[in-house]
Amino acid sequence: MIAPADHPLLVAEGLTKHYGPHLGCADVSLEIHEGEVVAVVGESGSGKSTLLGLLSTQLLPNSGSIRYRMRDGEARDLFALGEAERRFLLRTDWGFVHQDARLGLRMGVSAGGNVGERLMAVGWRNYGRIRAEAESWLERVEIARDRIDDRPDTFSGGMRQRLQIAKNMVTRPRLIFMDEPTGGLDVSVQARLLDLIRGFVNDYGLAAVIVTHDLAVARLLSHRIVVMRHGRAIETGLTDQVLDDPREPYTQLLVASILQA
Amino acid sequence: MSDAASYNFAYLDEQTKRMIRRALLKAVAIPGYQVPFASREMPMPYGWGTGGVQVTASVLGADDTLKVIDQGSDDTTNAVSIRKFFERTAGIATTTHTSEATVIQTRHRIPEAPLGEGQILVYQVPIPEPLRFLEPRETETRRLHALEDYGLMHVKLYEDIARHGHIATTYAYPVKVDGRYIMDPSPTPKFDNPKMDMCPALQLFGAGREKRIYALPPYTKVVSLDFEDHPFEPTKFDRGCALCGSEGIYLDEVVTDDRGGRMFVCSDTDYCESRRAEATEGGHALHEVPR
Ligand SMILES: Nc1ncnc2c1ncn2[C@@H]1O[C@H](COP(=O)(O)OP(=O)(O)OP(=O)(O)O)[C@@H](O)[C@H]1O
Ligand SMILES: [Mg+2]
Ligand SMILES: [Zn+2]
Repeated sequence: MIAPADHPLLVAEGLTKHYGPHLGCADVSLEIHEGEVVAVVGESGSGKSTLLGLLSTQLLPNSGSIRYRMRDGEARDLFALGEAERRFLLRTDWGFVHQDARLGLRMGVSAGGNVGERLMAVGWRNYGRIRAEAESWLERVEIARDRIDDRPDTFSGGMRQRLQIAKNMVTRPRLIFMDEPTGGLDVSVQARLLDLIRGFVNDYGLAAVIVTHDLAVARLLSHRIVVMRHGRAIETGLTDQVLDDPREPYTQLLVASILQA
Repeated sequence: MSDAASYNFAYLDEQTKRMIRRALLKAVAIPGYQVPFASREMPMPYGWGTGGVQVTASVLGADDTLKVIDQGSDDTTNAVSIRKFFERTAGIATTTHTSEATVIQTRHRIPEAPLGEGQILVYQVPIPEPLRFLEPRETETRRLHALEDYGLMHVKLYEDIARHGHIATTYAYPVKVDGRYIMDPSPTPKFDNPKMDMCPALQLFGAGREKRIYALPPYTKVVSLDFEDHPFEPTKFDRGCALCGSEGIYLDEVVTDDRGGRMFVCSDTDYCESRRAEATEGGHALHEVPR
């Protein structure tokens, strides 16, 4: 895949996060361009989720900054936004897909209510229109329309992830964060979800940051890859280049272990 | 009134009453905002309106006249015991007539007779937080209020329509106060929501167990939430009261015998009695009380 050449949507510089005495991640810099998928890979505890939390401003860094180009074209310092602005961004221009669907969905609310929530939060007040929009997004994530009034706790794991994606996509975000979105799913279910994500990236020009420890997922979805180890981004580059010709010994090991597996 | 001497006026000590009055002033200053207060133990169980009782105790003066209703009735155990409580501890006058009362403590209803300036309506509230059922975390609901982030409230109404074809919430129907805070008028029927809007009386809400006070100052805009294509509709009754014949008021179904006989009568007992008294004075025929 070719990364779209554009001025960056998001520029992170020197992101560092300590949890008390423990290092979460250290001095990570990263650019994300419009329509670009960046995979963050690395072993357990390497700081992938921490980085995702920082990028999506759900965690505050000890140091570092993030500039984001808002829909009006103006680049803003994200950690200087007020909480209301930040939350608005998080549920309009951004999406967040959790590995654990229970963190991303309201399990006691119908599928339609879950998808409609963002619309109501931005002021939609026409039930018929909200429902029609929810139906259309359920269809796009391949959930049958007649499941619209069912609660996600009656859905399979794959359906829950697709519902999470619909819930996020309904406001047409430009950037979506995903933490192990296919983790814990059967291989065939994974494949279907990955196809879906790839389709949305292509169809909607969506940019994404996907945390995964599965290099095959990174290969399939991402334009660029960031390899994390001990909280640091030790290697960054075009996905195919990094996976076919890793520079760092650690990345070589990582790629080799996948090939053997 | 020998008992009254052994209590501080209206049972609570002056310091506690001052603390509650400060919370009330803040609540009046920010209509619909839930003000935390240090709720005291009262000599009655939670659920018997300890929040309302503390608010009433804090606003009562020696020359006030108190009315207490429960589901519109002055005669339930709950209403009678609260009325007796204040007769004993404050030695104040009590009444069952809405128009004579200066302070009305209520559970579940707003009187049918229009309230006037100078009257205070005190609500007993079990659950003050309208967002609670969808967002159990208190830290999060406070943030949602602070940021005026109220999409969740409409999710509840959306779910209602999806499930029942219409907004099925008939009690504790959420309202927006003065264009800002979302408030639970809990647990009054939605029939009474329009009475809260631009009401000349001061409306105070006390939640004892949850330690919250909120308020609607006189003439505050109170709007019931809805959708454009599913507008708010107060409950309508397709008949009048079987006792006084009044229409357009809130009716309770009562069982009249053990053979399944039943009828619909005013839930507001004072209103019903007053209408019947007027009818007698005016020489109109009284509706027969079925036996
Ligand atoms: N809340 C926390 N408190 C203390 N330490 C934390 C916390 N969250 C993460 N850490 C530590 O920060 C480091 C990075 O953790 P992080 O969760 O970002 O790793 P990860 O790459 O996402 O791992 P995994 O693949 O297991 O999800 C780890 O050493 C972890 O123990
Ligand atoms: Mg993680
Ligand atoms: Zn009547």
